[in-house]
Amino acid sequence: MTIEIIIQAIVSGLLMGCIYALIAAGLSLIFGLMGIVNFAHGEHLMLSMFFSFWLWKLLGLDPIFSLPIVLSILAISGILTHYFLIRFILKATMLVQICATFGLSIFLRSFAQFLWTPDFRNIQKPLIEGRIEILGIFIGQPQLFASFVCLVAFLFLYLFVTKTETGLALQATAQDYKAAETLGINSNKMFALGWAIGLSCVGIAGSMMSNYYFIFPEVGINFALYAFVAVALGGFGSIVGSLIAGLIVGLVESLGGLLIDPSYKLIYIFIIYIVIVIYRPQGLFGK
Amino acid sequence: MSTNNKISLTQAQRESLWPINVKFLYTIAIAIILLIIFPVFNPQAFHIHLMIMIFLYATMSQSWNVIAGFSGQISLGHVIFFGIGGYTSSFLFIQYGISPWFGMFIGVIFSVIVAVIIGIPILRLSGHYFAIATLLIGFSFQTIFQRWDLVGAASGIWIPLKWENEWFNLQFHDSKVPYYYIFLIFFISIYLFTWILYRSKIGFKLRAVRDDPQAALSLGISVSKYKIIAFAISAGMMSPMGSLFSQYILVIDPDRMFNFEISIIILLIVVMGGIGNVWGPLLGTSLLIPLSEYSRIYFGGTGGSIDLIVYGLLIMLICIFKPSGLISLIPNKIMRQNKI
Repeated sequence: MTIEIIIQAIVSGLLMGCIYALIAAGLSLIFGLMGIVNFAHGEHLMLSMFFSFWLWKLLGLDPIFSLPIVLSILAISGILTHYFLIRFILKATMLVQICATFGLSIFLRSFAQFLWTPDFRNIQKPLIEGRIEILGIFIGQPQLFASFVCLVAFLFLYLFVTKTETGLALQATAQDYKAAETLGINSNKMFALGWAIGLSCVGIAGSMMSNYYFIFPEVGINFALYAFVAVALGGFGSIVGSLIAGLIVGLVESLGGLLIDPSYKLIYIFIIYIVIVIYRPQGLFGK
Repeated sequence: MSTNNKISLTQAQRESLWPINVKFLYTIAIAIILLIIFPVFNPQAFHIHLMIMIFLYATMSQSWNVIAGFSGQISLGHVIFFGIGGYTSSFLFIQYGISPWFGMFIGVIFSVIVAVIIGIPILRLSGHYFAIATLLIGFSFQTIFQRWDLVGAASGIWIPLKWENEWFNLQFHDSKVPYYYIFLIFFISIYLFTWILYRSKIGFKLRAVRDDPQAALSLGISVSKYKIIAFAISAGMMSPMGSLFSQYILVIDPDRMFNFEISIIILLIVVMGGIGNVWGPLLGTSLLIPLSEYSRIYFGGTGGSIDLIVYGLLIMLICIFKPSGLISLIPNKIMRQNKI
């Protein structure tokens, strides 16, 4: 095993990690805001990939150009999810909250299977394809572009949450929504906004991944698992934490796959998860 | 005097722990008799199969109810115990010719051991953390069994057909009726067991742990110990179902025995019927399993997955409108009168 292969694995792990990080950031934002884990996160990712696919298939739009459309659809579906489901279970027990989002995930996944069959699809001849070589290391261009877009989205998300007034209102709601309400912040709107932003992150990640990944109804499960682990690793509710945790998950996945055996990658991720939640339940960056 | 005191105390305890309504017992007895004589009416093979599936899922969801409903931990990977049970009994039968009855017993022991081993670290986690951990464990087990050549890896193994010693080999090729009775016996005994457990001291302690771990701890109930006990009991109840199911379909493979959907369906059943109540899983099963079996007939089993669409919708509706399950539709007064 040469040094190049290891660097290759590190690079592809980091590239994948950027995507995990953005997916995890959406999950983390929603959790930080209202203490609900979106178990349908992977299914939202799957939906965004399918939307990109159908926009390409039916209208000939390349995923790069359909990105704003997919993002808006996901944002709207986030708002709908809040108004039709989450609004009613905010004060319910945790079991009910888990079951509700889990029910949503089953519904979306089987509905996708019903509409589009379990077949694997992919977008042929996207605008960005092929790979480039830098110092003997091969990088897929779609992967590189996807990570770039994800990092830019991350930057915007971070600036939005920390610098704008709405973002600060969002943070205030996350800390104590009752106190925020006395300050004139409409917490219901903030929750809806949180869902819209959280799912937009997934929309971006899914739309970019549709460039090079297979698209099928069960595609979301693994990504959602990685996102759960990344969120636990980074600390529930911490956006910067989920970036670093996403990168770690990506690295562990690709290095573990290279050094030990790629088919057990879920188990390596599981081991990090267990170690982290037992010894540092607040995550690496949680308070 | 002191002995008198003791007696009255135990009587009081017995009364508070064992309130039984005679009418309710008669209803159950009649239901059991009807179930026993059901095959006599020569029903179609499909109806026997439907009943077997109801017994299977009612028992599995009861097992999930013990960990989730009685002790409050939501396991999303409960299928691993089903898989361990199925794999143990089938593997012992194929390799060494050991009767599946004995294999089932070994499977229960394995499941309990695995439950304790994974329970010690992860039962310390609460809420979402535990749910995510079990989700990961479920998929990890499937991955391991998919790669394990000794047990047939991803393609699984067919259980060799034996035509003699039907009861010893637990294979019946002429009719499904013996399977019906075996599943029925397991169903009844596990429900009886849970009913007793629910009313036992352990049951009360488990519910105390579920409702308020801090208060339970302050009363001297070891929260982690009782959670592990509940997890082990739950695993031990799930495991024989895996053994029986693998003998019923006579093939084991990781995609069937460690199917993520089983974990989901038993969760849906319990939440729909009413979590934390002994009869909730039975109510949920009697609604959901016929729904899925009939939808399989009308829409075809592959791809369609109409049943899961309906399940998903139902579960969201239940969470919004009846978070305590359909069993809560029965008025409280009747529940109290009949002491169910």
